[in-house]
Amino acid sequence: MASFSTTATVDDPRISLGGGATLPPVRGGGDDGGSGSPDYGTRLRRARLGLLVALTPILMLFVSFTSAYIVRQGLPTLDPRTNTLVRDWIPVKLPRLLFVNTCVLLLSSVGMELARRQIKREAALAPAAPVSAISTGEEKKIPWLAMTVVLGLLFLTGQWMAWRQLAALGYYVSTSPSSSFIYLLTGTHAIHLMGGVLALLVAGAASLLGRPVATRSIVVDVTGWYWHFMALLWVYILSLLEFAR
Amino acid sequence: MGLVLLIIIWLITFVSTYFFIAKTWWLPVGASASAASIDHHFTITYILMGIVFVAAQVGLGFFVWRYRDRGGSSNKAEYSHGNTTLEIIWTVLTAVLFVGLNLMSSSIWASERFRPAEANAVRVEVTGMQFAWYFRYPGPDGKFGATKPELEDASAGGEGALGLDSKDPASKDDVVTGTMVVPVNREIEVILRAHDVIHSFFIPAFRFKQDAVPGLAISMHFTPIQTGDYEIACAELCGLGHYKMHGIVKVVSQEEFDKWLAARQAEKQ
Amino acid sequence: MATHGFAGQETHAHAAPQGFIRKWVFSLDHKIIGLQYYFLALAAVFVGMFLSLLMRIHMIWPTVALPLVGEIKPETYLSLVTMHGTIMVFFVLTTAPQGGFGNYFLPIQIGAPDMAFPVLNMLSFWTTFLGFIVMLAAFFVTGGAPLHGWTGYAPLSALPSAGPGEGLGADLWIISIAIFCIGALMGALNFITTTLDMRAKGMSMMRMPLTCWAWFITAILGLLAFGVLLSGGILLLMDRNLGTSFFVPLVTVNGQLTGHKGGSPLLWQHLFWFFGHPEVYIAILPAMGLCSQLLSVFSRKPIFGYKAMVYAMLSIGFLGFMVWGHHMFMSGMSPYTAFAFSIMTMAIGVPSAIKTFNWLGTLVRGKIRFSSPMLFAIGFVSLFVSGGISGPFLAQPVLDIPLHDTAFVPAHFHLIMGVASIFGIFAATYYWFPKMFGRMMSESLARWHFWFSFIGTYCIFMPMHYLGMAAQPRRYSQFTELQYLAHLIPLNKFITYAAIVTIAGQLIFVANLFWSMFKGKKASDNPWEATTLEWTTATPPPHDNFGGRTPVVHNGPYEYSVPGAPRDFVMQSDPAIKAAH
Repeated sequence: MASFSTTATVDDPRISLGGGATLPPVRGGGDDGGSGSPDYGTRLRRARLGLLVALTPILMLFVSFTSAYIVRQGLPTLDPRTNTLVRDWIPVKLPRLLFVNTCVLLLSSVGMELARRQIKREAALAPAAPVSAISTGEEKKIPWLAMTVVLGLLFLTGQWMAWRQLAALGYYVSTSPSSSFIYLLTGTHAIHLMGGVLALLVAGAASLLGRPVATRSIVVDVTGWYWHFMALLWVYILSLLEFAR
Repeated sequence: MGLVLLIIIWLITFVSTYFFIAKTWWLPVGASASAASIDHHFTITYILMGIVFVAAQVGLGFFVWRYRDRGGSSNKAEYSHGNTTLEIIWTVLTAVLFVGLNLMSSSIWASERFRPAEANAVRVEVTGMQFAWYFRYPGPDGKFGATKPELEDASAGGEGALGLDSKDPASKDDVVTGTMVVPVNREIEVILRAHDVIHSFFIPAFRFKQDAVPGLAISMHFTPIQTGDYEIACAELCGLGHYKMHGIVKVVSQEEFDKWLAARQAEKQ
Repeated sequence: MATHGFAGQETHAHAAPQGFIRKWVFSLDHKIIGLQYYFLALAAVFVGMFLSLLMRIHMIWPTVALPLVGEIKPETYLSLVTMHGTIMVFFVLTTAPQGGFGNYFLPIQIGAPDMAFPVLNMLSFWTTFLGFIVMLAAFFVTGGAPLHGWTGYAPLSALPSAGPGEGLGADLWIISIAIFCIGALMGALNFITTTLDMRAKGMSMMRMPLTCWAWFITAILGLLAFGVLLSGGILLLMDRNLGTSFFVPLVTVNGQLTGHKGGSPLLWQHLFWFFGHPEVYIAILPAMGLCSQLLSVFSRKPIFGYKAMVYAMLSIGFLGFMVWGHHMFMSGMSPYTAFAFSIMTMAIGVPSAIKTFNWLGTLVRGKIRFSSPMLFAIGFVSLFVSGGISGPFLAQPVLDIPLHDTAFVPAHFHLIMGVASIFGIFAATYYWFPKMFGRMMSESLARWHFWFSFIGTYCIFMPMHYLGMAAQPRRYSQFTELQYLAHLIPLNKFITYAAIVTIAGQLIFVANLFWSMFKGKKASDNPWEATTLEWTTATPPPHDNFGGRTPVVHNGPYEYSVPGAPRDFVMQSDPAIKAAH
């Protein structure tokens, strides 16, 4: 099937365009909607793939903290005064507020999922928007996104309050290894969740500014999966701190 | 260019190999019971790896010369994507070589490290701190006395440096020195400790090395088989004085050791 | 990034940017970003080389005061050691091959118009750049740069009182590394998504050039490893500044208690080396991929055993996560654990050996052209063999007893990372310079550079093996205190002289690089007659790489000397050759 009749007749191959035998441009290679710009489906797939990849190092960070937790909890150390091996892990009773916060976060995950599906519908119906008879649901929209942001901020506030409660009981970052890990794990999780809140705020602002729905939809979709991951991660962290005390 | 590459690669190979064979700079003379087996395995490893090294470099030099483009269309390169049989053969051979070497050395590792010291070993506690080694002998009661970090005072000699708690009865007969003295042909158990950062107790002549880690008391053993003085080097970066954190281990006869220890004990009275 | 509505609202995804800032500073074009990474690494390597020059001079003339720098105290020496290692490993070896050449050529070699996330790409460069600035800042704060080595073992790295430089300098060092981690993770994200999602039609995974495989696997290693380093850095910062005791047990420094207790120094080592070992494969894999590429191009022969090469790189990547304990044989770790790690370490030697055999196999019955990229590729093979051979010594715990923390170890890793990997960067420069700048580099200057570097680095690092066997410890600022080291000083002097000459020889490269950018002979689009997609583009490639076209791939990447073909190479986008590959 292969034929080697090239159109390039060159004396010195070194000066020719290297791609002398390349076929003429092929359009519509599947991904491209037009002159090289990817279509919505491609962008969504790419963004979701990017998120999946991005969640890996976040997972590794917490896996690493977990292994440090297990090692630190179990490893005895030499007490030079008595020349014996001792363990200095003091279990900490977690403030019950953390469990309340967990409910808030799980609720926010529900809101997040509803927001995600809402905007996906909006994006799917957007091409039909000019047809005035078809409703895209704009008029009666429940502000799931805003509610998620509120619940997220509520969670973060609750975490802060739990920290205050711990401090009031005398457990600071450096009090004992167990208290160090409580602050470390909850703090790192909170920072990551804050990132999710910021992404939602950006999407919300973009909506108010009338930006195209396709990009907003991708941002919310990806943030949605990120949010659910953060919720599951939180459940894991709480379980570790509560049951592996 | 192919010829020049061949010559230079071969030259580098043969010159480096020469110094390995001539042992111009080599491991210090072994003075412990384990040195012989470690050195023997070192020799096996470097002979086998040396053969691989020379073969690969000689081959590389030869191929780049032999298969150079000599111009003209007469010598064409071979259109081949590989040879699976060859791949399998050299993969298996390499695996056998590497894993085989490792299993051979593992028996030596096991005999060195998998068993604790003998019951009648001479016990010495070795403590590293920035930037000196201290050695403590437990004395006739066979027990090391308590040390307290709060009592540490490096200006007050060895006992002060360790923070020896004189209130503990077990410390009364502990002897602390800055030079390690051990009897020949006896197993020596060292209990390694560190006060501040990680140090490493390295006696090249004994083929002995072990990190001294704060928070741990690591027990190891070796058996010196030759009397003499041997240098100790710190082999884990411990701060600005790392290069001068050294010591001496004196291997003496059993009689001399007993005399020396008795003299140190007498000084304490 | 396309702000793309639906039908009727197409915005051209890759309109070239206008204005100096958007075109050269905050460019979203992976090619410009690649060049930015490359020049960052070039600056870093000169800082790193200068530091090593000072180190080598001090080792043999400890009391000499140098111009500009003055007298080098023992603590200064150790901060040179620390910063040399850190800068070279992170800002040169993890930056130039991946961030530099990977960014520039991965999209083009797979037929894509850019990376998957151009904004993220731009941010990843500037994050890395910020990390470099913070690292350099450590030199200039009170106490200076840290002295704890690039490995930063606690408690030395966790206690400000443990030495000069361990104060603010150490904090900046950790923060810089943390920033670098984030930049590297952003980059890894882009590389992986791009490779998986943006290959042109016909570019299956098994038709990708081995350079792309190398960048892809390197990115996966980075994705999994840098998070762990980041976690270690966070814990270390907490121990240093918040009074926690993750790594610090009850210790006294100069008789003073520090307030810490119960922590485990070994925990730091485990976290660090879990990152640290994959890191060395991150440093070498791109060079391996490139070596395969160049040996094939310049032997006019397909790579020997493409599939085996892919599987070998995948094995190296995978096994690379299982061997970290071989850095800890002497650490106080359980000897049983040590045994397990040592078996895994010997295992990882097997795929490396396979690659070496295959490189040699590519040369056999080839038609070798000795252009400058090929010289460095051949040099790479030689250096990789030399550096690799010392691995099996260190991998056996019983032999590690006399060799750990002696000069034998830097001999091993410098030959591989400090020379072979650098040769990969040189080779990549000479090879891709025509495509990036439209001009050829001077071949005669390149040859001088090659011989200086090849012979020079062997003169520096081969003797270190002998020093290590003679029990010369690492990280000693001078050899005046131990009697048994006295007879090794002449050999140390030889190494220092060799280093001075070799470093001087690198100026030839820099001169060649910059001179050729402006005055080099104009290059054609495919001066090396290579088959991969970057040689089908204009020179330099336009903003969207393929000038509005989307390449379609019909052939594998190493179709040289195909029987019956009119030329001795068939490009990947040429019509398919009969033997389906």
